[in-house]
Amino acid sequence: MVEAPIISFKNVNKIYSNGTVGLKDINLEIPQGQFLVVVGLSGAGKSTLLRTINRMHEITSGEIKIDGEPIHAYKGQALRLLRRKIGMIFQGFNLVNRSSVERNVLSGRVSYYPTWKTLCGLFTQADREMAVRSLQRVNLADKLYTRADELSGGQQQRVAIARTLMQEPKIILADEPVASLDPLTTKAVMDTLQRLNREDNITVIVNLHSVPLARQYADRIIGLQAGQLVYDRPISEVTEADLNEIYVTEAVQA
Amino acid sequence: MSIPEAPRRSWMQRWHVKGIVVTSLLLVLLVTSSRMTGVDVGMFFSNFGQFLNLLVRMSHPDWQYANVIVRPLLETIQMAILGTTIGAAFAVPFAVLSASNLIHNRFLRGLTRLFLDLVRTLPDLLLAAIFVAVFGIGSTAGVVTLAIFSFGMVSKLFYEVIETIDMGPLEALTSVGASKVTIIWYAVLPQILNQFVSYFLYTLEINVRASTVLGYLGAGGIGVFLQRSLSEFNYSQTAVIILATLAVVLVIDGISNHLRRVLL
Repeated sequence: MVEAPIISFKNVNKIYSNGTVGLKDINLEIPQGQFLVVVGLSGAGKSTLLRTINRMHEITSGEIKIDGEPIHAYKGQALRLLRRKIGMIFQGFNLVNRSSVERNVLSGRVSYYPTWKTLCGLFTQADREMAVRSLQRVNLADKLYTRADELSGGQQQRVAIARTLMQEPKIILADEPVASLDPLTTKAVMDTLQRLNREDNITVIVNLHSVPLARQYADRIIGLQAGQLVYDRPISEVTEADLNEIYVTEAVQA
Repeated sequence: MSIPEAPRRSWMQRWHVKGIVVTSLLLVLLVTSSRMTGVDVGMFFSNFGQFLNLLVRMSHPDWQYANVIVRPLLETIQMAILGTTIGAAFAVPFAVLSASNLIHNRFLRGLTRLFLDLVRTLPDLLLAAIFVAVFGIGSTAGVVTLAIFSFGMVSKLFYEVIETIDMGPLEALTSVGASKVTIIWYAVLPQILNQFVSYFLYTLEINVRASTVLGYLGAGGIGVFLQRSLSEFNYSQTAVIILATLAVVLVIDGISNHLRRVLL
């Protein structure tokens, strides 16, 4: 790799306070603009891996660098600025159900404002227009003033993506974004992520349970097992048998 | 692989040991406490006649008296609104500081909760007596009393509501890079607003009733008139005061129900 990676893990370990091993000696480099899919069983450490990147989880030892900068020492404003450039999408969408779609989308922009302005809702006209554009990109502009809980699951997930776009992220982390969606809406959400990856050159990291989906969208697939990185191949070298093994060997062990 | 055998309930589960033990403990507690305090249930029934007598005397409300109590009743409502609003406003930050899902610092949380427990321990009548002594007879003492009383009650109700919210939106706002205060404003408040309003109105209703009692101590409002009519054995006036208070409580209840429907 000629270009420096946007994210790099070096000997990263994570042990939870109850002694459970979350991540074990992870070494990983992710180049800018890659569509990376992480596969593995529930509890293999996929969510943990994702959340260490935006410091929603702290690591026990090792080093994570983003844009060449180690992130472990960030605090307060510096940590918020780090998180600003990393969008995150969740299995449960995590919208504020009682708020309008507009407010939910604008909440993705709050880190560009001082706290008192966010409390008064003093968003600039440009940002309000940006909210509309973000919704247009996920084909939901007509829902601007709808309450979030009146939307279907797939629509809510796309609103969540629009919220993330307001951050103007360089990286998007998606933690099983389609696990609670039907096949059709799954395609809409995954296509949206793919488009952002290709059009905006955003680095996308997605946790998935589905092997076919992983093969369809990924540039590269990594596999986790009990917190360890057991598989790492570009999509051209991935075979069905490899992936089945990630699931089967552990299922037998378990 | 053989067909797995269905798991068996343990001896404890089969005989509902926990449920039976807890229920019998409660019964024992109830009986012993009534023994120790010397409550005579029989007296309640044997003296029931006096109670009926009182009801009969109250059954001829003196409707003329309604004109006299309009002003003090309004004063009572104003006192209750002021007291509840001030109390609830102060309760919000304390409720946030007491909520275990927002504040992970156990020491800070324990300290605020201890303070709130202390406030709730002070009986409102004691508070009224103190503030009548401080501010003199009048509604100021009543408002301050109600404010402190509401603060203690509302903050507990509020933090219990906060602890039941969905944490997903908070996680999302954190990942966006929002500050703590912004997170609370965007992800917590919308989730609890309608319950806050309903608890606020519930407290208001309690305060309207409480302020009738506070009037006894000279803390203003309708209570002064209640006390006067009772000490004069003028039960037809007492009846009007009680009915008027009931009307106010019903109205607040109606507003509360309506707002809850609208805000849901």
